[in-house]
Amino acid sequence: MTKKKSVEHGKYGFMFAVPFFLIFFIFQLYPLIYTFYNSLIYTAKNGRNITESFGLGNFKNYVFGNLGGGEIWKALGITIVLWILNFIPQILLSLLLAAWFTDIKYKLKGNGIYKVIMYMPNIITAATIAVLFYSLFDINGPLTLIAKSFGWVGKDGFLYKGWASLIIIAFIQFWMWYGNTMIVLCAGIMGINPSLYEAAMVDGATSKQQFFKITLPLLKPILQYTLVTSAIGGLQMYDIPALFNDGGPVVNGVNSTTTVMMLIKKYTTVGSAQNLGRAASYSIVLFVVTMIISLVFYKITQDKTNDGR
Amino acid sequence: MDQEVKGYSTVKLVRYIVCILLCFISIFPFFILIINSTLPSSKIVTGIKLLPGSNFMTNFKNLIEAGNKTSGVNVMQAMWHSLLITVPATILQIYFGSLTAYAVTAYKFKGRNFMWGFIYAIMMIPTQVSVVGFIKVCNLTHLYGTYWPLIIPAIAAPTTVYFMKQYMETGLSLEIIEAARIDGSKEFYTFNKIVLPLLKPAMATQAIFGFVASWNNLYIPSLVLGTERKEMTMPMFVAALKANDKERDWGQIYCGLFVTVLPLLVMYFILSKYIIAGVALGGVKE
Repeated sequence: MTKKKSVEHGKYGFMFAVPFFLIFFIFQLYPLIYTFYNSLIYTAKNGRNITESFGLGNFKNYVFGNLGGGEIWKALGITIVLWILNFIPQILLSLLLAAWFTDIKYKLKGNGIYKVIMYMPNIITAATIAVLFYSLFDINGPLTLIAKSFGWVGKDGFLYKGWASLIIIAFIQFWMWYGNTMIVLCAGIMGINPSLYEAAMVDGATSKQQFFKITLPLLKPILQYTLVTSAIGGLQMYDIPALFNDGGPVVNGVNSTTTVMMLIKKYTTVGSAQNLGRAASYSIVLFVVTMIISLVFYKITQDKTNDGR
Repeated sequence: MDQEVKGYSTVKLVRYIVCILLCFISIFPFFILIINSTLPSSKIVTGIKLLPGSNFMTNFKNLIEAGNKTSGVNVMQAMWHSLLITVPATILQIYFGSLTAYAVTAYKFKGRNFMWGFIYAIMMIPTQVSVVGFIKVCNLTHLYGTYWPLIIPAIAAPTTVYFMKQYMETGLSLEIIEAARIDGSKEFYTFNKIVLPLLKPAMATQAIFGFVASWNNLYIPSLVLGTERKEMTMPMFVAALKANDKERDWGQIYCGLFVTVLPLLVMYFILSKYIIAGVALGGVKE
């Protein structure tokens, strides 16, 4: 009887889920499939002759060939470097702060306020932050003037230097995100069974031992989550590098801070068939690389033993 | 013992110093932003000032005039446009997010587990890489250049569904639904009148994050509204602010940034408790 009843109501459950799936298929799945499809339409221009062919032309010419000048791989390299430069310090500092804020022995006062302030940059519009930092580091920007007075930088300032732009962009990302990661890790540490720490303390374990033997291993699922979501977000990095320095100064013929999403936008905006195929093929490269990186992280941080939680 | 007390206080001191330093770094750029928005450009380019000036209203006036002149959109209009997109998008996101989560939590039907697994899996798909296809859809549906492609997709937000489902599993008893059913309440009515009010705390959290994400979005709007500069949103305005002139009026730029930051900062300090709690909840996804 009950079984029949729940099946009878089941059709409502199905109906309630329909809008979500309908919109998902139209605005997310179809675009993804279409992007794949479009990446296979290669438009060649030979003088006035425009020929369209279906196949791997875009990949042959723009991704692996000479037509794109390898720009996609350079942009991919820059994107990954930017992500690593911000993520490694970010996760280390967040772990340290999370360990401090949850430490029972050395209780810090006011850690609620620290969290509020450290998270604050994350909520502010990235576009605004990028232009703000651009203003601070411009040739007459306040931070450049300070650096100049100490002789840390020449009279042209930071922005014409590729490496300086890269480091500043990575710093902005770090600065925007470490508060978020720290709060997530704090919540993770507080979710660990306190009796484990009590037992460890009875056995005379030091804070360091507790951190490496209890906290870190049990934090693995959350570290995995942080790593994977940060990689997906980081590889799609656009606002900060685009608005901070418009792709950066050209060093050795290459824009020094142009990310993959900036390239994709550039060719999508132009909008000709030729450029759309090119943008689509770059999108597919980014999609595949993102999937591979997430899967690798997922595998290497996979928790085999699942006790203590 | 004495030594241990000494060590204890040194450790604490170091930790306090690091935390205060980090807080300073978080606040400092905003501090300069606020100060510089009150100064004339000629003063800004001479170095850091610690005291505000009296030029804010002039900067603001210049900002509005420059906006009207160059693109026909000033900062207040741009923020209004963002609001026109963000408010309906947020409402759709939490309403349909809740409805979908309710469907896969409270009902048993064929394909339910598949649906749930599907929603879980698509959370990990990077969404912005498919812009070429997204523009295609906008063209096919004749929605290119309008706000609709920025609003409607909010109906399918997998992270919201995930969050609402987690909440329902602990915070929603199925007996209440059963009782409503016995009283003759229709299923859709039960959801709207009985279930939704119970989800208020979770909806509030999702509303904040949905609102902020939509409000701050630059990439998709700048592609979808690309040629329609009159429809410019706030982040697009900020991007244009920088590109404006060769002879930059810094007072005007800082003032524009300040105006775009202010509503977010006010909202943040009012709701920070819930926001921090929401960030923590979002991470504990095991």
